[in-house]
Amino acid sequence: MLQAIAFYFFSAILIGAAFMVIAARNPVHSVLFLILSFFNAAALFVLLGAEFLAMILVVVYVGAVAVLFLFVVMMLDVDFTDLKRGAQQYLLPGIAVGGVLALELIFAIAWRWTVTPHAIGAAAAAAPAGVSNTVALGRILYTDYIYYFQVAGLVLLVAMIGAIVLTLRKRPGVRRQSVRRQVSRTPADAMTLIDVEPGQGA
Amino acid sequence: MVFTNYLAHLGLPYAWAWTISQVTLVVTFTAAILVMLAFLLLFDRKVWAAVQMRRGPNVVGAFGLLQSFADFFKFMFKEPVIPSGANKGIFLLAPLLSFVLAFAAWAVVPLDNGWVFCDINVGVLYLFAISSLSVYGIIMGGWASNSKYPFLASLRSAAQMVSYEVSIGFVIITVLLFAGSLNLSAIVRAQEHWWFAFTILFPMFVIFFVSALAETQRPPFDLLEAESELVAGFMVEYSSTPYLLYMIAEYVNIVLLCALMSILFLGGWLPPLAIWPLTLVPGVIWLLIKVWGLFFVIAMVKAFVPRYRYDQLMRLGWKVFLPTSLFWVVLTAGWVLVFHHHA
Repeated sequence: MLQAIAFYFFSAILIGAAFMVIAARNPVHSVLFLILSFFNAAALFVLLGAEFLAMILVVVYVGAVAVLFLFVVMMLDVDFTDLKRGAQQYLLPGIAVGGVLALELIFAIAWRWTVTPHAIGAAAAAAPAGVSNTVALGRILYTDYIYYFQVAGLVLLVAMIGAIVLTLRKRPGVRRQSVRRQVSRTPADAMTLIDVEPGQGA
Repeated sequence: MVFTNYLAHLGLPYAWAWTISQVTLVVTFTAAILVMLAFLLLFDRKVWAAVQMRRGPNVVGAFGLLQSFADFFKFMFKEPVIPSGANKGIFLLAPLLSFVLAFAAWAVVPLDNGWVFCDINVGVLYLFAISSLSVYGIIMGGWASNSKYPFLASLRSAAQMVSYEVSIGFVIITVLLFAGSLNLSAIVRAQEHWWFAFTILFPMFVIFFVSALAETQRPPFDLLEAESELVAGFMVEYSSTPYLLYMIAEYVNIVLLCALMSILFLGGWLPPLAIWPLTLVPGVIWLLIKVWGLFFVIAMVKAFVPRYRYDQLMRLGWKVFLPTSLFWVVLTAGWVLVFHHHA
């Protein structure tokens, strides 16, 4: 009962927030609604008993990815009402594409959606008894699926290096700070003491 | 628990009794934190003053003990000013968000053996998630003010807090490897023989301390509110109660990180040695002593370390702390594999 109330509460906010992401006029509001919907999705995970996934969702998506979204969107100086003025002419193709996607989804889910008995059994016992789902996830990821896990990590590493290579540029004439040089500098390197006779100074 | 049973005994349904006792407990706990905060604020100012050979606040109450309460009422009764160009809803929501998140984090902090609101499996991750959310209070406030300095501050905060969360994450992983659990109470219990600060994790303790300073925007990393550059950073346009909420949230976060450091590295509620006179002292007192001790160090850092430049801050986070903590994760994993046989 209480779980059902919580579920409908979080789902209602999730759907409302997701709608507002595309409906909000101000792009910053859109990102904030996106964050709200992430947060409610995390709450749904908690209701399912998947607390590890919930926390990771908040840490990764809300705590890091959405911050960067917000970072970029706040810096944009785009007049979005101006941008939306031309949107009317895309209305028909938009509806067509969206309609086809919706139909496909409905067909896929309502018509030929069957769950194998194996999967149903797995859903009933998300984690073996006496083991928290963090431990269960860790065991699966690092034993059964270790190669896939490593490959996923490798793909992310390549993406990261790619992003760095694309944005790294060496400009000539930039004076960089070398902390080691600064720390290892002695008075002898930096200054010379000259004993100037009275009346001789230039 | 006792209170719940008492209410249930009076004839209330169990669900109601539980709810009422929990709400009472939460409100009491929040009030207790606020009162402690009032004295911590005073302590902070006194330490700062002592370093500069001043007296500090000494007028309101004996030794200025009531200074923070006077400040509290001063802010409460001031007029809230909302800039006409501000985004009103977000402008008022932002300090509220900071405040709520700062207190929400305390739900999983164990004050003593079993003294915790929610003893959840993923306590550490929960704390990490909440602290990564607290950046929004600052970004939203800075953006909604619709003014230059707050906006600059919110951009700085976004980059700074995301950067330091990375190394904090790796430091936490090393602790988890040693403790073998994500539950905060279990982490404390794992330190019964040796506090983690006295093992090979000591460098991680140092890194965590410095990252905590950056995460809470304390000097020398207070680039968000650097008076000499940004006036007061994201709080320029705030006044009255919203400002007060930001202030309280900032200090609650500092105390929270002190508590987290005590739990992760200094044995939480455990006495330094499990011998007779020390074991008589309740665990919560030990935790409080550790928290105040760490807060004293943080206050001293504020008093005598000059502010970092922004690029130096980024260099420290990404080029020094990240590789060190990453290396330490590998080292700790190897250590656990070789010397610990429980995991």
